Amino acid sequence: MTKENSSLTPKKVPSIYPSRTKKQVTFIFLVILGIYLFSMYWTQREMVGGIGGALGNMYTVIEKFFPPNFAVLPALLDPMIQTIQMAIIATTVAAILTIPLAILSAQNVTTFKPIYYVTKTFLNLLRTIPDLVLAVIFVGLFGIGLFPGILALVIFSLGILAKLVGETIESVDMNPLEAMRASGGNPLQVIWYALVPQVLPQYTSLVLYVFEINIRASVVLGYVGAGGIGLILNQQLGFYNYPNAMAIIIVIFVVVIIIEYISNKLREALI
Amino acid sequence: MIEFKDVNLVYPNGTQGLKNVNVKINDGEFVVIVGLSGAGKSTFIRSINRLVTPTSGSLLIDDEDILKFHGKDLRKLRTKTGMIFQNYNLVKRSNVLKNVLAGRLGHTGTLRSILNLYSKEDISLAYRSLQRVNIDEKIYNRADELSGGQQQRVSIARVLTQQPKYILADEPVASLDPPTSHQVMTYLRKVNKEDNITTIVNLHFIDMAMEYADRIIGMRAGEVVFDGPVSEVSERTFEEIYGRSIREDDMRGGANES
Repeated sequence: MTKENSSLTPKKVPSIYPSRTKKQVTFIFLVILGIYLFSMYWTQREMVGGIGGALGNMYTVIEKFFPPNFAVLPALLDPMIQTIQMAIIATTVAAILTIPLAILSAQNVTTFKPIYYVTKTFLNLLRTIPDLVLAVIFVGLFGIGLFPGILALVIFSLGILAKLVGETIESVDMNPLEAMRASGGNPLQVIWYALVPQVLPQYTSLVLYVFEINIRASVVLGYVGAGGIGLILNQQLGFYNYPNAMAIIIVIFVVVIIIEYISNKLREALI
Repeated sequence: MIEFKDVNLVYPNGTQGLKNVNVKINDGEFVVIVGLSGAGKSTFIRSINRLVTPTSGSLLIDDEDILKFHGKDLRKLRTKTGMIFQNYNLVKRSNVLKNVLAGRLGHTGTLRSILNLYSKEDISLAYRSLQRVNIDEKIYNRADELSGGQQQRVSIARVLTQQPKYILADEPVASLDPPTSHQVMTYLRKVNKEDNITTIVNLHFIDMAMEYADRIIGMRAGEVVFDGPVSEVSERTFEEIYGRSIREDDMRGGANES
């Protein structure tokens, strides 16, 4: 009996991970912990007043914002619609431009390497420029208004959307594509018949997701002169008219929540 | 007529897929290619519609050397050779009729096919093909709602709609259970006889090869090691092709159940 038991538990039980991996992970963990501790120490030195000062300020700031002045609501309708329009137009244009870029940046469909690398690099470059910077540049080029805002949003969302859709394309089942090729279809037919049905639900869902991001981003872009409700918010804050600003903030909050709710429901229905 | 002349294929990683293959397949034949996995069966079949390209020799189909084909020529060749796959390769999210109509892609202009503007003849041909494999009541079901055997029948209907001169079937029953396997092979055999379509099937089940083939080609390590009518084949022949004695898992069984 004892003999059987000892054969079941060998002298050396292997651990789940090799000891080298264990050492590496421990080392990386310690380094990151060190960085955290150091930055905590550093930021505390910068914050002279400490957290107590911030809490005191918060009270005075919040007091100024209340009560919000809802009398301005009718005047907010137009700029709010402008903001939503900006997001809709920008998302639509980006959704169309994404299709060729996403296909060309998917390694499994674009087998010709140079094109793949060029598109991939182009998309990476697009994503390195923050949307605010784009808006500032375009406002400088085209003047204050909706157009520079739309342009900034198109480029900003194209970077995200093309990358995400491209990665979706890279994960599709390649077998149907092979079958279409084997039955004599040309590349466009192969893409339309075997690829599009596989990525369409994810594509639609991603477009809705980018639309949500664009609504929020277009508010911020208004701040630098790209039209819409952000522009009004910036003006009111500039005039120190805090009750008006608070009303605007609440309107934005409600609209963003409603739009996210609708697009979430739509996406649930799709997948 | 398909004619392999000294065909060799070396994959980029150095594996020899085909080695000095010389085979002539006549019109209307039902040929089964047997061999262990990795023997070059798939490479042989995929050379015929150029999903892979042999590195030397010549491969004549209807007296044309298809190894020189590019672009349009290649698509025309593929229109002539229908293919059936182990994993059915249907578009799972599309409905059955649309999957079957995809067989017409090579015959249809790009714009027409994208806008779904198929001619009445094409659509009725697709429907008749589905009737021939007894799955016409499922035309509006999504492909992923069907069982494996049903999906393989849809893929046979897709090939029929293509109206090919040759059918290439790459392990068509490897993912199916014995009764369904026999059903699928029976349909392939029926199509071969009724439409006089030359059919080449890859199998690794000995009993199925014996039951359905006119002619058996045995492959080992990229070489054709046996080629002859099914009447000349015995268990001994298979032992030579496989290079080992026959085991139970070389048999599919279930012939009487279907």
